[in-house]
Amino acid sequence: MIPLLDVTRLTKRYGPRIGCADVSFRLFPGEVLGVVGESGSGKSTLLSCLAGHLAPDEGKVIFDTRTDGPRDVLRMSEPERRMLGRTDWAFVHQNPRDGLRMRVSAGGNVGERLMAVGARHYGDIRGKALDWLDRVEIAGERIDDRPAAFSGGMQQRLQIARNLVTGPRLVFMDEPTGGLDVSVQARLLDLIRGLVRRMGLSAIVVTHDLAVVRLLADRLMVMKDGRVIESGLTDQVLDDPQAAYTQLLVSSVLQA
Amino acid sequence: MMDPYNFAYLDEQTKRMIRRAILKGVAVPGYQVPFASREMPMPYGWGTGGVQVSAACLTPEDTFKVIDQGADDTTNAVSIRKFFQKVADVAVTERTRDATVIQTRHRIPEELLTEDQILVFQVPIPEPLRFIEPSEVETRRMHALEDYGLMHVRLYEDIARHGEIATAYAYPVKVEDRYVMDPSPIPKFDNPKLESAALQLFGAGREQRIYAVPPYTKVVSLDFDDYPFDPTKAPHPCALCGAEDTYLDEVITDDLGTRMFVCSDTDHCAQARGDGEAA
Repeated sequence: MIPLLDVTRLTKRYGPRIGCADVSFRLFPGEVLGVVGESGSGKSTLLSCLAGHLAPDEGKVIFDTRTDGPRDVLRMSEPERRMLGRTDWAFVHQNPRDGLRMRVSAGGNVGERLMAVGARHYGDIRGKALDWLDRVEIAGERIDDRPAAFSGGMQQRLQIARNLVTGPRLVFMDEPTGGLDVSVQARLLDLIRGLVRRMGLSAIVVTHDLAVVRLLADRLMVMKDGRVIESGLTDQVLDDPQAAYTQLLVSSVLQA
Repeated sequence: MMDPYNFAYLDEQTKRMIRRAILKGVAVPGYQVPFASREMPMPYGWGTGGVQVSAACLTPEDTFKVIDQGADDTTNAVSIRKFFQKVADVAVTERTRDATVIQTRHRIPEELLTEDQILVFQVPIPEPLRFIEPSEVETRRMHALEDYGLMHVRLYEDIARHGEIATAYAYPVKVEDRYVMDPSPIPKFDNPKLESAALQLFGAGREQRIYAVPPYTKVVSLDFDDYPFDPTKAPHPCALCGAEDTYLDEVITDDLGTRMFVCSDTDHCAQARGDGEAA
């Protein structure tokens, strides 16, 4: 089986400091990989490098493209990478303000990716937007409202709809539930889990919240000081942590 | 004694610099070429970009015409015309057909232009993506990568909010299947006329950009398949000349709200009424 994403020795330095170092992993179709670690551990840097927002210093990121098979993303031209960024890839930001256009209606937000890949039929675009709002549990009558009029949880769900409308195969999520209260978090996680399973998506979820990875991720990587210190099946890592830091991380969670 | 002004106000080096920008603009239709815009003896927003382009194009043999919203006799048009009479001593006219260089604000003349004419537009904001993407770095990248989905988001928003594409002026166009361009704030009624025999040059003084549509270049107004581009105008004939195919101004004539619709292109209207010689 060809991995969807094959990452080899990815390294990003900020001057003398390490952003992330020597990260290698494989992600297979339909698999959800969790990346956990405290702030400053390099997990967001890693995600930005993978998604092409940052240029890493070393390493390879091979993505299995639909048309040309496995290709090194880092060696692609900017237009190719952008095209990938709005077709096969999706990026869900922690803060929906970073991922949404706050001055454009919900429908316009969802339709943007469709229009970016050439959709030119207003009725079709609107139909798809309505369908996706429904899938993320936003009432269709809110389609012409701007995201500024939405609650935090709705904004996050809108961001997910906007990202998934073109049927991507790989979703990058950066703290998708950060800043939401627990009941809203739970519903959002439920929604994401349902969508990921139903669409057969692969995802890389960066978070510091172990509950999120417990629910979403098949496999887990634990990062500290820019390096991967432990990885394995999610339940295995969380229930039987080997590295000292992972043990600390797992034991720091308050048991409700 | 030195001449008080070089021909057409700008010094020759500046004109060469502007002509280089124009040539590049002609070579890459619709692409915004940066240029070192000069201080002109008029405020920004009064056509400093257009004036600089005109100054770089004018020769002593040229006949110059200036229109503002289609009219030859409004403040902006009169002062720019006088300016070039003074600093270039060129012949001026109000007749579209007699002019070799026409500087315009917000209209394209009704009369079809010819290969011997240059139309110079005054442009306030050259970037069609500006109101949806405030970052210049990002908009330039979008142009470079032909990443124009956002332009349609703007039109989508129009339809969602108003039931139709409500953009009535500065209607975005795609030039030669490549660059999306702001045609300056001309009414969308004029958009079909952008495919012309004349050379069309666009100057934005404050924003320091020049761009061009060479003769016979393909210019397509953006739209949706189910909401096609529609160059609308007021549904009236001109109250003065009776023309039904021209762009109209609505003029309120008294305090009771009585109004009349007249051609915005004053020269065209006067010609149609047969008293064009008055000019």
